[in-house]
Amino acid sequence: MNAEQARDQAQENWRTLTRLSIVAAGMFGFGFAMVPFYKAFCDAVQINSLVERDAAPTNTQVDASRLVTIEFDANVRDLPWRFRPLTGYLQVHPGQLVQVEYEVSNARATPVTGQAIASFGPELAGRYFKKLECFCFSQQTLAAGETRRMPVVFLVDTTLPADVNTITLSYTFFEVAGKS
Amino acid sequence: MSAVVDSHGHDHHDHHDHHGGYSGLMRWVTTTNHKDIGTMYLWFSFMMFLTGGAMAMAIRLELFQPGIQFFNPDLFNQFITMHGLIMVFGAIMPAFVGFANWQIPMMIGAPDMAFARLNNWSFWLLPFAASLLIISFFTPGGAPGVGWTLYAPLTVQMGVGMDLTIFAVHLLGMSSILGSINIITTILNMRAPGMTLMRMPLFVWTWLITAYLLVAAMPVLAGAVTMSLTDRHFGTSFFNAAGGGDPVLYQHIFWFFGHPEVYIIALPAFGVVSQVIPAFSRKPLFGYASMVYATSAIAILSFIVWAHHMYTVGMPVTGQLFFMYATTLIAIPTGVKVFNWVATMWKGSLTFETPMLFAIGFLFLFTLGGFTGLVLSLVPIDIQLHDTYYVVAHFHYVMVAGALFAAFAGVYFWFPKWTGKMYDETLGKWHFWLTMIFFNMIFFVQHFLGLAGMPRRIPDYPLMFETWNKISSIGAFGFGLTQLLFLYIILKAIRSGEKSPEHPWEGADSLEWTHLPTPAPYHSFENPPVLK
Amino acid sequence: MKSSKLARTIATCWAAIIGLAISGSALAIEWNLRPAGSKLAEDIHTLHEDVMILVTVIFVGVFGFMFYAIFAHRKSVGHKAAQFHENTLVEILWTAIPAVILVLIALPTTRTVIAQKDTSNPDLTIKVTGYQWKWGYDYVKGEGEGIKFISTLATPRAQIENQEPKGEHYLLEVDNELVVPVGKKIRILTTAADVIHSWWVPSFGAKQDAIPGFIRDLWFRPEITGTFRSQCVELCGKEHGFMPIVVRVVTQDEYTKWVGDQMKLIAASADDPNKQYTLDELAQRGEKVYGTICAACHQPNGKGLPPNFPPLDGSKTVLGPKADQITTVLNGRPKTAMQAFAPQLSDVEIASVITFTRNHWGNKVAGADGIVQPGEVKALRDKK
Repeated sequence: MNAEQARDQAQENWRTLTRLSIVAAGMFGFGFAMVPFYKAFCDAVQINSLVERDAAPTNTQVDASRLVTIEFDANVRDLPWRFRPLTGYLQVHPGQLVQVEYEVSNARATPVTGQAIASFGPELAGRYFKKLECFCFSQQTLAAGETRRMPVVFLVDTTLPADVNTITLSYTFFEVAGKS
Repeated sequence: MSAVVDSHGHDHHDHHDHHGGYSGLMRWVTTTNHKDIGTMYLWFSFMMFLTGGAMAMAIRLELFQPGIQFFNPDLFNQFITMHGLIMVFGAIMPAFVGFANWQIPMMIGAPDMAFARLNNWSFWLLPFAASLLIISFFTPGGAPGVGWTLYAPLTVQMGVGMDLTIFAVHLLGMSSILGSINIITTILNMRAPGMTLMRMPLFVWTWLITAYLLVAAMPVLAGAVTMSLTDRHFGTSFFNAAGGGDPVLYQHIFWFFGHPEVYIIALPAFGVVSQVIPAFSRKPLFGYASMVYATSAIAILSFIVWAHHMYTVGMPVTGQLFFMYATTLIAIPTGVKVFNWVATMWKGSLTFETPMLFAIGFLFLFTLGGFTGLVLSLVPIDIQLHDTYYVVAHFHYVMVAGALFAAFAGVYFWFPKWTGKMYDETLGKWHFWLTMIFFNMIFFVQHFLGLAGMPRRIPDYPLMFETWNKISSIGAFGFGLTQLLFLYIILKAIRSGEKSPEHPWEGADSLEWTHLPTPAPYHSFENPPVLK
Repeated sequence: MKSSKLARTIATCWAAIIGLAISGSALAIEWNLRPAGSKLAEDIHTLHEDVMILVTVIFVGVFGFMFYAIFAHRKSVGHKAAQFHENTLVEILWTAIPAVILVLIALPTTRTVIAQKDTSNPDLTIKVTGYQWKWGYDYVKGEGEGIKFISTLATPRAQIENQEPKGEHYLLEVDNELVVPVGKKIRILTTAADVIHSWWVPSFGAKQDAIPGFIRDLWFRPEITGTFRSQCVELCGKEHGFMPIVVRVVTQDEYTKWVGDQMKLIAASADDPNKQYTLDELAQRGEKVYGTICAACHQPNGKGLPPNFPPLDGSKTVLGPKADQITTVLNGRPKTAMQAFAPQLSDVEIASVITFTRNHWGNKVAGADGIVQPGEVKALRDKK
């Protein structure tokens, strides 16, 4: 090919390279965008409303025709705390406002701050589990040696599918670094 | 042209160039010639294949008998991790890039790749990245022992070897992305007049599609390992529930890359086989257009099936069902390709030189691996088989008996075109049959191990798994030795092989066979060919 | 390849395969999924068999064509190549027929997938926690609730290191088995304390990843009694292959009796915190605790595997003030692999193991600093 054709070819090549580089950069950004996408998806199907206060439902009718068993579970990760539910499990009616308490004790000789993360079994039950008051909404700081009782106020939405009648509410307390 | 990285006197014809003005090592460091670069990719990939293979020998040595005999569990985990990373990123992917470099310009009538200097950089990133992986073994704490999939949060516990690995993965990804941009540009912009897209050899088509997959998927892996890096050192919590993150998020991001990655490996293999089978059947490829559409369908579908690697993380039923249906869908275009290859052989005039033997071996064993993939795609069965040796068997069937056999087929097929010499056909057949027998000895029995319940990634196992493990290990030692035979075949052919005829393969009809001498000149198609 | 040579090779291959198959049954080599112990596992068996038959038929069919072509359409027997390379009808058929077959496979499979997820109305709920490298079991609801224990590999290290012959249940035995009653719906909640593990009992078709910070649930209903053994099935670090899962399914009466025995044990091992033990009592118990809990990282010889797992033999913490070592064992060391053992070990166990480390290998801490009583551990655990 002659010099002019070679120049045109080179230009065309650079144009293609630029377009493809933009795609590559976009896909790199997409990898990071997957983080908020993941959260948005979970919010949309309401799988993992970890630490957000749920809106108080307007319809507070209690469905007395069915009972749902709620189990309460507690875990601690790398924290010198003792953490346990004061009630192991309860039977509630959907729509019924319920309060339970968890007890936390700090065994360290200095104040420690922790954050509780909620998790549900089965996962989809989280969508129907409305937490109105929860110690998981904010970080909790316990003084040296302090023991505290912390409430969770919740209700199970009446739209809970008929084939779900056991829900496990599990909290894991993690240490918040840099606060102790 | 010598394909060996040294400057022993090579016996040459008179269009021996000055190779850009350099000789010896500097020629290879500075070359922008697609044939030289292809050669470097192929030798690099073979060295990595032997390195990863040595680790496989170590793994199978430890697994020969129950009990810990040779390597403590921590070192064993490092071997399995590095075996996977080296084989995937250091051996099989660069091998097919080597084919791409050698073959694509010649097959489309172009003088070289679009960006010749970028091509050089894309290659030289690789030995540097590979060194980082090897060096990680010698850092405090050793290489990471987390599996090639690098799951969080286990990766957060690893020492500095993990950081070296992350850096290496970035470089390997960079090399692939730059190489792919080069390949796409070359194919789209530099075909000879008359070479329409639907006239391109299927090998070129499969590389075009693969290159798009690479550009889309590799950056996502870079994102995933960067997030692991910041979780390790910079206080982020992408994959840590404590900070509002989720370990399962890593798996989603990784496998969004990971599934297209296996097609990135498989598609060029399909391309090679689509050149070899018609040549040795002396018959055109059956259903060229369907093959193009099927390959495109596989590529597109590969982006929506990733969570079939994650059926047991606890995802909702709807998710499991969606990914199961999407995964079974991929069986359809893949099946179409298998039928087309068999239909190409049907009523052909077949001969069984070594390239064809490997291509037929590919056809038979890749399909077997595809069927075990179908078994695994079904959620209830996968619940029993996930993370067991059944999965190990499945992916080695498609990656080794699939991609590696296709690579061997390609090397034997194009060797005369590259070097002007013929390899020893008898030895080639020995290489094929020994590889075939030992491969199946290693991996067929692993299906039974998985069904019986042997988990992956363990250095020691309960007694009921002993017999199959012994057989598998013996097969591995045989397989490893056989690949040294391959090295001998290649070196012997380069040094003292018989001169190849101009058209060694009667049925080969792509441009490099019909329009170029054997061996191909250092610079080919400086003027584009005229295509009727 | 000449046809007689080809034929001989094929015959040899078949002979080898058949020989292996026969020897397989003689040697009782494992070929298939574990025998099903629940209806779900039975369904999975059936599904697997059906799919295997289907793919074998297709495989033999397709490669029947290929091998026929290899045999009959060879250049060496004079076969001339046809030149056809399209056939629209055939191509449509071999796209549509596989599609139909796949739909037929997917339908019954879907039913099983949905059944697997229904964890409602369990008779017994057990929380399973994966640790590096053992399992914790907590009976949270149902008969036996309140029982909790750690289940660790019981195979002696000497067997693993080939110094002793291996026992029948090598790597598949634990000190405390999970006991459940037959015929009841068992709901399992999995979670993990550190990295991802995975809990699996093949005979029941029950597998679930254990993810740190989250719980996931699964269910199974064992239909036969017996002992069912399996292993952790997600790479979780160096001892991933050494944390088995053993489930013992017993009749309802045996289960009730077991629960009663466990409750008595719990009451009994609520040891009197004010009891004073002798050095020998503590060291002996401590040696057992060390072997089960600590040796995996700190090694039986106390030398550890630096830098990740420091040595205890000659360690500053072990030779220094007792309170430091006690709080380290209770609360762990953040950002290292040293976990907080307060939830897992009782005051007596911690007192024993610390006493053991202070009086073993090259360590010999003299006087009162060489003995730790459970009361001292309790004081630091409940520090007010």
